[in-house]
Amino acid sequence: MKATEKRHAAQSLILLTATRYLVPILLLFSLFLLTRGHNEPGGGFVGGLVAGAAFALYALAHTVHQARLLLRFPPRTLIGTGLLIAVGSGLVALLFQRPFMTGIWSAVELPIFGKLGTPGIFDIGVYIAVLGVILQIIFELMEE
Amino acid sequence: MGLLVLLPLLIPFVTAALALLFWRRHRVQRALGLVGSVGLLLSALVLLVVVWRDGIQVVQLGNWPAPFGITFVADLFSGIMTVLGGIIAVAVVIYSHASVDRLRERFGYYPLLLFLMMGISGSFLTGDIFNLYVWFEVMLMASFVLVAMGNERAQLEGALKYVTINLVSSAIFLTAIGILYGISGTLNMAQLSVQLSQSQQPQMVTVVAMLFLIAFGIKAALFPLFFWLPASYPVAPVAITALFAGLLTKVGVYALIRVFTLLFVQDIGYTHALLLLLAALTMITGVLGAASQNEIRRILSFHIISQIGYMVMGLALFTPLALAGAIFYIIHHIIVKANLFLIGGVVQRLEGSYYLKDLGGLYRSHFGLAVLFLIPAMSLAGIPPLSGFWAKFTLIRASLEENQPVIALVALVVSLLTLFSMTKIWAEVFWKDRPETTPEPAPLSPSARLQLLLPIIALAAITVVIGLMAEPVFILASQAANQLLSPVEYVTAVLGGTP
Amino acid sequence: MVIVLAFLTGGLYACGLYMMMRRSIVKLIMGLALLSYATNLLIFTVGGLTRAAPPLVPEGETVPPVPFADPVPQALILTAIVIGFGVLAFAVVLIEQTHRSVGTDDSNNLRGIEGES
Repeated sequence: MKATEKRHAAQSLILLTATRYLVPILLLFSLFLLTRGHNEPGGGFVGGLVAGAAFALYALAHTVHQARLLLRFPPRTLIGTGLLIAVGSGLVALLFQRPFMTGIWSAVELPIFGKLGTPGIFDIGVYIAVLGVILQIIFELMEE
Repeated sequence: MGLLVLLPLLIPFVTAALALLFWRRHRVQRALGLVGSVGLLLSALVLLVVVWRDGIQVVQLGNWPAPFGITFVADLFSGIMTVLGGIIAVAVVIYSHASVDRLRERFGYYPLLLFLMMGISGSFLTGDIFNLYVWFEVMLMASFVLVAMGNERAQLEGALKYVTINLVSSAIFLTAIGILYGISGTLNMAQLSVQLSQSQQPQMVTVVAMLFLIAFGIKAALFPLFFWLPASYPVAPVAITALFAGLLTKVGVYALIRVFTLLFVQDIGYTHALLLLLAALTMITGVLGAASQNEIRRILSFHIISQIGYMVMGLALFTPLALAGAIFYIIHHIIVKANLFLIGGVVQRLEGSYYLKDLGGLYRSHFGLAVLFLIPAMSLAGIPPLSGFWAKFTLIRASLEENQPVIALVALVVSLLTLFSMTKIWAEVFWKDRPETTPEPAPLSPSARLQLLLPIIALAAITVVIGLMAEPVFILASQAANQLLSPVEYVTAVLGGTP
Repeated sequence: MVIVLAFLTGGLYACGLYMMMRRSIVKLIMGLALLSYATNLLIFTVGGLTRAAPPLVPEGETVPPVPFADPVPQALILTAIVIGFGVLAFAVVLIEQTHRSVGTDDSNNLRGIEGES
């Protein structure tokens, strides 16, 4: 394991400390972007990118292996799940006799999330899929 | 009802996403590949029947009316193309079960194949020029990985050429879309058709038309932009090459036919005359290139190019008969060409080589395979009563009706040279004695034999059926051609009563 | 402003094409990247430049106040950038693999399938 040794040698205290504070903040920020996305600037795509950045930072500071452990699911599974959620949210409209992907809104108002509706679910799907794609690419490249 | 237009996209998409979840279970992946492609074929068939019965089908995604939303349109031509895509997908998936190695299956062969099919169906069914770009990219990304997968040296080099040339083509395509949006302010193809016919800047429209011609010309391997094809197609596993040979260049032809019937019909005297010239040159260079090759896959790759010439010739003549001929030709060609590559793969599997000098004697040892080769090969050369004869016959008649004897002559000579190429393969691979130096043929297991031969037999049967029952297929093709030539129908279907 | 962007776009296209003519495949990929940036800039410029007028609908209104910037070219560019990013990531991996198996980044040494016969 030459590569891991080298990486340990390159670990800097500043990066490690900064990561400890930045990763939770970035993840929270990504969720913030996700929850407001269907009504205001933001959304699943940027949210997923920010969350991807958080995990990428963690992988830089520690190792890819540890970042994979932190993520718990393989990125590929995230891509598949996210895509299925996104398609599923589009299919809901068919139950209401509307064309595919028509936004269906419920009357339920959640505290932070705002009005519950299929565009919000679509955003969640996009968030997960984008996170998966970004990490799939970054982890593969870092493990080269 | 609207879901029907989207099913050829959604079925491969959902099965591909599921396949990502079952990454390590190659049996599940295989099953999903089969389910996805069979589902694609069935939904495409139903779609074609509905379009035939009820006219053009339109879906506005998310209920946003055109031209603001994302529109999917299925007219007869896109319906036919989607069905052909489904047929090839099913054949290739079954063939892949026995011919693709475990390593590729582990690296996501089936999900990629399904994503590729989604991109192809999307390109056929979209009604928005920018979405066409997006679907092209989906298709290309999947095809990039499929070509490069395996990491052998020749493969990587072929993949690099393929990726580079396609990225250049995409950049040109995107540039053309940008300029088109600048002059017309819309991306919906139906509205573009209306806007461009009233355009104040006809020269600008012709410039954009030329950009589209280059972009799609690269994808379709039109002269002089074909050079990448023989260098990159043969490097992939043969099942993939068959899929690419059958479908990918034809997506380029589809896009050419779509934009040069719906959008760019202001200056037919210039654009379509140019297309006719390119068609003739494409036919000639393709067939001459093939004559000089001595490797099965490369011979067949060059023949793709010459056949593209015939299809573009139908578009360039721009009469109902000629376009019907072009569509008939596409139907015939996709099935025959994919089949020839699949047969080439079986030959390689049996004898361990694609080079003509290493092969021989298969007529004696594998009589059935020889017959199966003869059907698509003779069809490709245009021998009656197989499908290729009717396709060529229609095109040549159309060119004579239009007083274009030169192109008719070119088409005839090229089909003669095609016959020469096919007899060359026949004589070298099947007829001549087996070279002493070649190692003993590897026997096939019964299940592999079934999975390899079933798609070949099915495709050969389709070729024969099209040939014997040319009448209904021709009626379908000419209806599709009539639809293409009267864009009003398309425009009213998409934009509603106010074109 | 349009004229500046027009020259910039032309410059990017020129640089991209020049890089693609070089023999090194690393430079080839860089050329491709420049080409896609040039295209994005072209779409941005051709779509019309409206400064400091985001197409946002104010609270209580149904249409944004005129004049507003056309959002469509920006949406196109965003899509194109994302696609470009994915393709570029793949291309980088591809040249890395190619370099590993061929041992050179000189495109003259790439013979492909012709090299076998």
